[in-house]
Amino acid sequence: MSIDNGGNIDTDAELDTDYAAAEYADERETTEGRVYTVTGGDWDDLMAEAARDERIVINLGPQHPSTHGVLRLVLELEGESVTQARSVIGYLHTGIEKNLEYRNWTQGVTFVTRMDYLAPLHNETAYCLGVEKLLGIEVPRRAQVIRVMLMELNRVSSHLVAIATGGMELGALTGMTNGFREREEVLHLLEFLTGLRMNHAFVRPGGLAQDLPADADTKIRDFLKVMDSRLPGYDKLLTGQPIWRNRMAGIGVLPLDACIALGATGPILRAAGLPWDIRKVEPYLGYEEYTFEVPTSTDADCFARYLLRLEEIHQSLKIVKQCLNKLEPGPVMVADAKIAWPAQLTIGADGMGNSLDHVRKIMGQSMESLIHHFKLVTEGFQVPAGQVYVPIESPRGELGYHMVSDGGTRPMRVHVRDPSFINLQSMPAMCEGGMVADVIAAVASIDPVMGGVDR
Amino acid sequence: MSAVTNSENSEAHVPQPGEAHSGAEHNEPDLVPTGDNPAQHHTPVVAGRARTGMFGVYDSGDTTGFGGLRLPAYLPPPAERPYGGWFDEFVDALAEAMQERGIPASAVQQITVDRGEITLYLDREHLLTICQAMRDDQALRFELCSSVSAVDYGDDVPERLHSVYHLTSMTYRRRVRFEVAVSFEDPHMPSVVSVYPTADWQERENWDMFGIVYDGHPALTRILMPDDWDGHPQRKDYPLGGIPVEYKGAEIPPPDQRRAYS
Repeated sequence: MSIDNGGNIDTDAELDTDYAAAEYADERETTEGRVYTVTGGDWDDLMAEAARDERIVINLGPQHPSTHGVLRLVLELEGESVTQARSVIGYLHTGIEKNLEYRNWTQGVTFVTRMDYLAPLHNETAYCLGVEKLLGIEVPRRAQVIRVMLMELNRVSSHLVAIATGGMELGALTGMTNGFREREEVLHLLEFLTGLRMNHAFVRPGGLAQDLPADADTKIRDFLKVMDSRLPGYDKLLTGQPIWRNRMAGIGVLPLDACIALGATGPILRAAGLPWDIRKVEPYLGYEEYTFEVPTSTDADCFARYLLRLEEIHQSLKIVKQCLNKLEPGPVMVADAKIAWPAQLTIGADGMGNSLDHVRKIMGQSMESLIHHFKLVTEGFQVPAGQVYVPIESPRGELGYHMVSDGGTRPMRVHVRDPSFINLQSMPAMCEGGMVADVIAAVASIDPVMGGVDR
Repeated sequence: MSAVTNSENSEAHVPQPGEAHSGAEHNEPDLVPTGDNPAQHHTPVVAGRARTGMFGVYDSGDTTGFGGLRLPAYLPPPAERPYGGWFDEFVDALAEAMQERGIPASAVQQITVDRGEITLYLDREHLLTICQAMRDDQALRFELCSSVSAVDYGDDVPERLHSVYHLTSMTYRRRVRFEVAVSFEDPHMPSVVSVYPTADWQERENWDMFGIVYDGHPALTRILMPDDWDGHPQRKDYPLGGIPVEYKGAEIPPPDQRRAYS
C-alpha cells in the first residue's frame, strides 16, 4: 500500500503484496488438512535491498572516548561515508544561567568559571567585564595586566588540551601524553598564582580576589623557560608526522562564508583566512598595548586549525612575557569599598580566607565595618539597571556575556554566547560527505567543551 | 515638594534680600533657558520600588537568596539624537535600507543608547526583513549574528519575553542589539535562521528555556532539556529546584519551601 502525493491510497499495491506473499507459502491439500510450505524467500529480497542500500544510523556517544566529552553524534552512514550528521547535546546541562539569577553578582563568578572548564579564567574575566561595564567602573592597572596574563596562560593550557585530546582521538597517544604534561605545568603555575588548578574564581567584579604571591615573577619566568624548551617537540612529534598530517589535511573543511553564516569564530574562522581576533579588533583590558600576531591560514581544514593553535600558544607566551614587564606594584581591586568584595583575602593555614587583620578590625574595633562586611558579603552590591554585551576572545572564539540587571543585587539574566555551542553547529557542514574517521578529526578540530556547550 | 510651593509662591510674593527663600529662588523674569537643546524636565522613568524578598523577608526563614529578591521592570529610556559616535550614521543607513525595501519606519519602536551600546526595539512582523537588510545592505553589512538570547522581564511587563539579537558588522566593526518583545499568550516571532543560519541552535535554546516560538525555524525542538520536559526553565515563574528527582522517589522541596530555622 502506498500513498501518492495527493494523499490517495493506491490499493493495487496492496494486492501486489498479497500476491507476493502467496508465492512464498505454497499450499496443498492433504488428508490431514491444508498444509502450507513456508520458505524464507523474502530474505533474498532483504539481502538484495541491503546490497543496494547500506544505510546505517549509528549513535556515537554520548559516552565515547572520541567525542570530546558527553557529545552524542547521530551519524547516517552509507558504507563508511557519512551522509548525514547531527549532534545531540544537553547531557551536561546544569542550569548555570538560571542559578546565576539566584546569587549575587560576586557569587556568579563561581558559577561561570565552571562553564567552559578549560577556559575558566576567560569566563570569569568576561563576566566581570560585564559587571564592571554595568557598574561603569574600570579596574586598576595591575589587575588588568594580571587578568591578561592569567587569560593567556589559560589559553596555552586550553590549546594544549585541544591538541592532546585531538591527538588521543586520532590515535596519536604521545601527542596526548605530551599535551597533558605541558598542561600540567600550566595548571601547577595557575595553582601557585590563584590557589586552584581549575575553577579559580580569582577574577572578581572590581579586580582580583588577591594579589599574586611574592615570587610569582620567578615562577612564571621558570615556566616560560620550560615551555620554550618543550614546545619545539610538538613540531617534531606532530607537525611533520605524515600520519598526523594525512588524518587532518583537507579534512573538515569549512570555508570562510560558511564560517560566518554558521557563526563559527576563533581558530575555525582564522583557519579560513579572516584575521578576526577580538583582542585585536575590539581590544579590551589594554590588549592594544601588547605586541602579538594573529596567525591565519587559508586552508580551512583541521590541520590548519592545529597549526594555528600551536602558533597561538607561542603568541600567548609572548604576551605573558610582556605582562611580566608591565607588572607594577599597585592595588588589584577598585578602591570603592562598596564593591570590593571580599575585603581582603590571604592564604592561611586552613586555606584562603579573610585576612586576620581584617577579621580583627571587624570583630574587635569597628561595628560599622562588621555591618558593612556582612551586608556586602551576604546581600552584595547593587548594579544599576540596564543591559550590556561583552565579547572577549576565548581560546575557542567569541565568548560573549549578555547581562541584564534590574538594579538589584543579583542578575536579572545572564546569557552566555559560548563559542563551543555556536561552533559545534558547524559539525554537519564539516562532516557530511566524508568518512566516519574524519568526523572524529573534525570534532576534535572544533574543540567543543561540553561544559560550555550545555552550560 | 518644597520647590514646587516656592515657585508657586514666588509669583505671588517675591522674597526680599535677606528674607527666607530669597537668592536662588528669586524670580527673575529674564532668566530663560538658552542653547540649542536646553535642559528640559522629563517625567522620570520609574526604575525601582521597594524591594521584597531577602533582607526584609517576613514569612519564611529563607536567607539563601532563593526566596526571590525582585525589583520591578526597568524601563529603558529612549535615546534622542544625536546618539553619538557611529550610531547616527548607522540609524540613517538602516532607515534608508528599510525605505528601499518598503519596511515602514514604525517597525523600529524605540532606540536606546546605554553604556555605549545601541539597542533597537523592533516590531516582530518586520524582524526578518530588517535582518535581511542588515546583512545585505552595503552600508550596514552586519555579516555575523553573534548571539541570540532571551530575557523574561517578569510579571510587571505585558510583553515580558524579549528575544535579543546581537549583530556584528565585521566590515565596520560595529555591534548592534535588536530586541523583540512578545507576551506569554502569543509567544510567536519570525525565525531569522534563513538569514543567519547560526541562529538555529540559539533559537532552539530560547524555545527550550523560554517557550518563544520562532515561526519558520527548520526544527524547533528542545536542545538542552530532555525532549519530554514540561515547562520552560528560564522563565521567571519557573522555580529553581523543586523538580521531583527521579532517584528512589526522593523529592527535594525548593529552598523557600523548606522549614524555617528561626
